[in-house]
Order: sequence, then structure tokens, then C-alpha cells
Amino acid sequence: MGYKVVVDFDLCESNAICMGVAPEVFEVRDDDFLYVLQEHPSEELRPKVEEAVQRCPKQAISIEDE
Amino acid sequence: MRDIVIVGASIAGFSAAAELRAQGHDGAIHLVGEEPVRTYERPPLSKGVLGGEDPTTTEWAAARDDDLDLDWLVGERAVGLDVGGRTVELATGESLPYDGLVIATGASPRRLPGHRDRAGLHLLRSLDDCLGLRADLDAGPERVVVVGAGFIGGEVAATCRLRGHEVTVVEPLSQPLERVLGPTIGAAVADVHRAAGVDLRLGTGVDAVLGDDHVEGVRTTDGAVIEADLVVVGIGVVPNTAWLDGSGLAVEDGIRCDATTLVAPGITAAGDVASWDSPRYGRLRIEHWDNAVDMGRAAGRRLLASDEGAEVYDPVPWFWSDQHDVRVQVAGRPTLPDQGGDLVVVDGAIGDDRFVALYGRDGQVTGALGWNWPAKTVRYRMALEQGLGWDEAISAASP
Repeated sequence: MGYKVVVDFDLCESNAICMGVAPEVFEVRDDDFLYVLQEHPSEELRPKVEEAVQRCPKQAISIEDE
Repeated sequence: MRDIVIVGASIAGFSAAAELRAQGHDGAIHLVGEEPVRTYERPPLSKGVLGGEDPTTTEWAAARDDDLDLDWLVGERAVGLDVGGRTVELATGESLPYDGLVIATGASPRRLPGHRDRAGLHLLRSLDDCLGLRADLDAGPERVVVVGAGFIGGEVAATCRLRGHEVTVVEPLSQPLERVLGPTIGAAVADVHRAAGVDLRLGTGVDAVLGDDHVEGVRTTDGAVIEADLVVVGIGVVPNTAWLDGSGLAVEDGIRCDATTLVAPGITAAGDVASWDSPRYGRLRIEHWDNAVDMGRAAGRRLLASDEGAEVYDPVPWFWSDQHDVRVQVAGRPTLPDQGGDLVVVDGAIGDDRFVALYGRDGQVTGALGWNWPAKTVRYRMALEQGLGWDEAISAASP
């Protein structure tokens, strides 16, 4: 079963915590907007994505199993 | 390990609980919290929620604890710890036995000397504090005095200005946040307050809060009287360790733990209350969001680990503060001029809408400060984790 990374951009404040945790998946670019580099990361990256979900101060990231 | 008791149900305690489950702990987890509500976020209490946002947006556990099977003991206060007998004593007289314990009792706002409760005088730490202050602000006071220009004071001042109140900030240091960010950045923060219409009184403390039943103002240490309808005191916090008195555990500006968050066999600590041996920085106690999450998780893992398998907790600290139209983000531990530290602006310039400055000492970058520039700040944060040489960083930043 795969999973999808979902960001609520209304909540996101580009704190960039997620990028510190999982730079393979999240990138805050110089325009200060967050870009999701991979919507369907590998299972290997799941623990990092889960950590990013936990640490986001705005609760803007979630994981949808599919 | 069957029963784990976590004392403190805020972000650090909750993060420990979530991590224990993530690591496969299937015994009981008892989460003891003094406040009568489940885990919520504190950062919005001086910002959005104080400004009028729906307080339920701060709920943290509600969306996350469905599968965690936690025994919530909220509205319960721990008053003692028997390390030999492995029990936590509650204010109700009940004893909670544990096989493993996480100490995450946080901190309480410091009061002014001679503090006496009265109407219109506020501290800000809990959701209750926030809603009490907000209700008073809703009544439309004209003049608000904020004591302390630190993070909480600065954010409260900004929110009050946004709400249209007249705000005076009284701060004994010669610049806001001087002890954290140094005089140069402190002066930039001061300019932001002034531009937003805050009356900033620097280099003077508060001698007395005036008024009998209701505050009428403050008298400063240089003898001035500032009249006010409302006074908010934000002069730092003290770690909540009174309940550990007599436990035999080492308390010294927080509960002492080793580099792995271990306090004693079967006991770990996390968050504002925990003072640990960081290999990177030496003894450290951090009162910020990210550390509460991260150290909470580390304390949860440590409880289940063997002494040999324990990981060292040694992050590069990170925090942010929103004041008026500025978001300041700080990574690392800035070294200040009186510690022999240097400061160089590497992107933009002070006075611009955004810039990044680096702090350094002894050839190493010790901290990065982003002023409305998250994208750059996070890259420095990541570089700091690897260790960042001063010359290397400066030359990389030059055009």
C-alpha cells in the first residue's frame, strides 16, 4: 500500500521544518513557498515524512494511505 | 516495561507518548496534565488566538491520539515522586505506579517581585491565561503596558497593536531580545516595534504595579508612572520542578539529564523542564516548540532503549517569533559580542524587508537568524547540523 503526502497550503506558513527533516520530499524555495517534490515518496522515506507531519508547527502536513 | 507515566501533557509529553507507541510499546501510557484539557499548541496563544482566532485551532492531541490508546489524567497535578518505590503522587492523594517515567512538566511564567493578583494584571502561558487576557482586551481598554520585550512580550505587544490598543513596553535591557540575539538585531526588533506604534521604554524595569483592586499602571525603576488599563507581564519562565523536591533527583535550573535525556534508570525528561548535556553546546535547557516535539520523542525512545543502544540527543536548536510584520527564525545558539561572537549579514541588509545574518565565534558559525526568509534560514539550519566554518559560510554567501 502506497501513501500520498498532502499539504494544506492554507495552513502552511513555510516554517521549513519539514524540509529540515525530509529534504527529499519538501522544499521551501526562494519565493518562500513550500513545494512538495514527491507526492508519493518511497516507503523508505515514510519515517521521515511521518516525523515532518509530527513536527510541523502548523499541522499542515498529512499522510493519506492509498 | 508495562506502565509508563508521563507527567506533563503538553507538547513534549504528548510527543513522548506518540513515539512510545510508534516504537511498539503496548503497555499502558498514563498522561498526567495539570490543565483540564488535552494537549494543545501554545505558540498561537500570544499571536492568532489572542488576536481573535478560534481557540479550538490549537488542539493538538484531538487529531492525533485516536490510535494511541492513552490514559488521559488531565486536571491532575503531580505533587511528589518516590524514585525508590517507582510511584508518582498526585494532588488527589492517589499514587500512580510506573515502570518508566517521563518528566515533562514544562515551566511557569515568572512573576514580578511582590506580585499580587488583581483585575487587569495578566501572565500568559496557558490557554486559560490567553482567553482571560483576550476577554479583557475585548472589553476595549485603551492603554496596555507589557512588561518585558522578550518573545512573549514582543508578540503580545504586536497582537495588541494589531487589535488597536495603545501599547507601552517596558524592558530593562537596552534592546529587545538583547540577551538572545545581541544588540544589533535587538535594535532592528526595536525599530519594528516603534514603526508599529509601540511606545518602547528600554533600559528601565518595573518597580511596582499600581492599583488596588484593578491595575492602574506601573511605576518604572527610573521613577516614571505609566498609566494603563491592563498590564501583561512577560518576563520569562521558571521550570516546574517543585514536585520533584525530596525525590533525590538533581534539580538545577530544570531537571538534569544526560546526553540521552536519561535522568535516572527508568526516568527520562523532555521539553522546557529538561536541562541536558548537549555534546554540541554543553548544558542546555530550551523553551521552544521544536525542542518540545523533538526531545519528547527522544525521551520516549530512550525509555525503551538499553544503555548501550541509547542515542545521544544533540539537535541544532530552532525557534521562531512573529512580531508585527516580521517573522524571525533562529537556528543554532547565537554567540553574542560579550561572548566574543561576531555577526555578519550574509543576505540582504538590516532595514530591508528580509535578510539573513550569521553569528560566529572561533572560526565556526554558531547561529543563523532569518528575518522574513524561511527558505534561506532552513538551509543554514541544515548546514549547522553538519558544522559550518565561518570563512566557508561567508564566501559561499558572497555574490
